[in-house]
Amino acid sequence: MHDGGRPVLEVQGLKTVFRVRGGEIHAVNNVSFDLKPGELLGVVGESGSGKSVTMMSLLGLLPSPPAEVRDGKVLLDGQDLLKADEDTLRDVRGGKVGFIFQDPMTSLNPVFTVGYQIMEPLRKHMGMDKKAAKARAVELLELVGIPSAEQRLSDYPHQFSGGMRQRVMIAIALSCDPKVLIADEPTTALDVTIQAQIIELMKELRQKLGMAVIWITHDLGVIAGIADRVMVMYGGQVVEHAPVRELFGNPQHPYTKALLKTVPSVRGERVRRLTIIEGQPPILGAPPSSCPFRDRCASAVEECARRNPSRTAIGKGHDVACVLVEQKEAAHA
Amino acid sequence: MLDAAPSKKPLVEVRNLKMHFPIYAGLLRRRVGEVKAVDGVSFDVYEGETLGLVGESGCGKSTCGRALLRLYEVTDGSITIDGVDIATLSNSDLREKRPTMQMVFQDPQASLNPRMTVQAIIQEPLDEHTTLSTKEKQQKVYELMDAVGLNRRFAGRYPHAFSGGQRQRIGIARALALNPKFIVCDEPIAALDVSIQAQVVNLLEDLQEQFGLTYLFISHDLSMVRHIATRVAVMYLGKIVELAPREALYASPLHPYTEALLSAVPEPDPSLEAKVERIILQGDVPSPANPPKGCNFCTRCPKVMPICREVEPQTREVRPGHFAACHLHEITSQPAGKTAAQEANERQHGE
Ligand SMILES: Nc1ncnc2c1ncn2[C@@H]1O[C@H](COP(=O)(O)OP(=O)(O)OP(=O)(O)O)[C@@H](O)[C@H]1O
Ligand code: SF4
Ligand SMILES: [Mg+2]
Repeated sequence: MHDGGRPVLEVQGLKTVFRVRGGEIHAVNNVSFDLKPGELLGVVGESGSGKSVTMMSLLGLLPSPPAEVRDGKVLLDGQDLLKADEDTLRDVRGGKVGFIFQDPMTSLNPVFTVGYQIMEPLRKHMGMDKKAAKARAVELLELVGIPSAEQRLSDYPHQFSGGMRQRVMIAIALSCDPKVLIADEPTTALDVTIQAQIIELMKELRQKLGMAVIWITHDLGVIAGIADRVMVMYGGQVVEHAPVRELFGNPQHPYTKALLKTVPSVRGERVRRLTIIEGQPPILGAPPSSCPFRDRCASAVEECARRNPSRTAIGKGHDVACVLVEQKEAAHA
Repeated sequence: MLDAAPSKKPLVEVRNLKMHFPIYAGLLRRRVGEVKAVDGVSFDVYEGETLGLVGESGCGKSTCGRALLRLYEVTDGSITIDGVDIATLSNSDLREKRPTMQMVFQDPQASLNPRMTVQAIIQEPLDEHTTLSTKEKQQKVYELMDAVGLNRRFAGRYPHAFSGGQRQRIGIARALALNPKFIVCDEPIAALDVSIQAQVVNLLEDLQEQFGLTYLFISHDLSMVRHIATRVAVMYLGKIVELAPREALYASPLHPYTEALLSAVPEPDPSLEAKVERIILQGDVPSPANPPKGCNFCTRCPKVMPICREVEPQTREVRPGHFAACHLHEITSQPAGKTAAQEANERQHGE
């Protein structure tokens, strides 16, 4: 589906810090990735690993203070968004880049009709008049599978079910033909049967519209089904990155390996005892000078305490940030 | 109605349990209807087993769990726990019975009093229900903290100083304080991170073995339920549509809702995932204030028949220990004579 051509989005060395009472939280630390036209990049990681902060940093959506994007480049079609002014960013958000957040109830404004909320960006970004915007809104609601779309334009968000609201959010995100869609846990608040509907819908829409998608989730199952490539985050960093089959079939980072073993399955073999990862994820008050996974890592060696490993390429499109992997690669070279 | 293997002894017997909540509306707050959150469910929980209760949000799982512990006044039906009918017990008798049944909640943050220390939180049930000395209570709290893997040194700290997983351990320690036999775990891992969920599930398994506990494990996470449960009940819109031993349910579900539900679960393995035949249900769950006529699931069922829109299917033991409430199985499991289902079907087809 993706042509492996020039990336639409390139993120380099992104660093985001929150200033809080008594210090700083280094939420995103040196994150780099790119996104090719039409591909779906999955982002997994546990709560607090920096998934949302990364994506919000890209679009200048974090309140500052307390947030500060301290370093990095975010190139959208070659233009650095971190250097862009607020007007440009406002154009990008909901224009070239659509986004969907986890909780559709808080992301839709309860006091405006759904129709208004779909038409607003169309008029703003695409300069449509009222009639054209309305026609497009109906088209979009039909596209995401909302029955009697025209009548429903005058309904308010609370008149829709959770799954329907998420469809509306998708319709809004798609309204201006974005090149990139960022979906932050778009199905986490939904029931599995509704999640299955939304995932099916997203697959169809990607076929039809060919946009690139970043899909954030903590659910490895969802990732396995939809992603082309996967980026695993831990402690504000990318610890492993690989094509989806490679990541599941040949995980190399101790965190990825352990994570894949902690989740039971409804179809595969049933294990008697779940593998666990001891301890808690870290909250980083400073850029880590050692591997952030060290305290919980079953394979840790002395060197892991001495430095924070950087991402090492180990195969086509597969890289890992782990001292052991670095050592193994060095031994091969 | 739903008892299977005779060798096993039920600790909890639920019969035709109904929990309806009134809906009031208008200026005079007149009663205009009711939400049938739980509408006639029957099941047993055997001593020492984990009965998984699964279903989607709003299907009545939590209400069912809470009603079992008489956290509500039930609308109808009976709940027998360890030989005593909880549903009709007087308040003072209920108080005496309380220690044997406990609950672990979904949100460890909200269920712990932020102004109490861990010591005080775990000790509270001991204060209320026992005559232990201060020293004995202290000792008991330490033992409980050991049992759930909390460091004794943290006894004087407040809940906010703990992570989600640790808070859930505090909640579990508290639930264990009075040596209960039966614990309702209501989505105990839903608010936790993937890597922490496994920690808590393993802990619950260890404690079950150590103390001979019986669990009702309420969850929407079908993979985790497959891991922890002995038997599994599936709820849809206030009713149990299927109940079976774990492997029977996951390997050969009988009810079309169970089939769809299981097929919807994503598989954390791309090669398996590519082979999953997904049944995509259309539409949303109807409101429990206005459930459809006939079978609850008839508005979304991919295998719906005319009779389903007319007659409510009865729960039947289709295979030993495997119960389903579905006309598809009503017909095949009743060879003798015409069933109500067949008759209604014939009526529908104008015979
Ligand atoms: N407004 C804020 N002020 C201070 N710290 C913040 C703020 N927002 C986020 N953080 C911190 O940034 C870090 C990364 O958070 P982020 O929300 O990106 O995690 P996430 O990976 O999206 O997690 P989840 O899976 O829970 O959504 C966390 O340590 C979090 O506590
Ligand atoms: S660098 Fe060391 S501590 Fe970190 S993941 Fe690798 S082995 Fe474990
Ligand atoms: Mg997030």
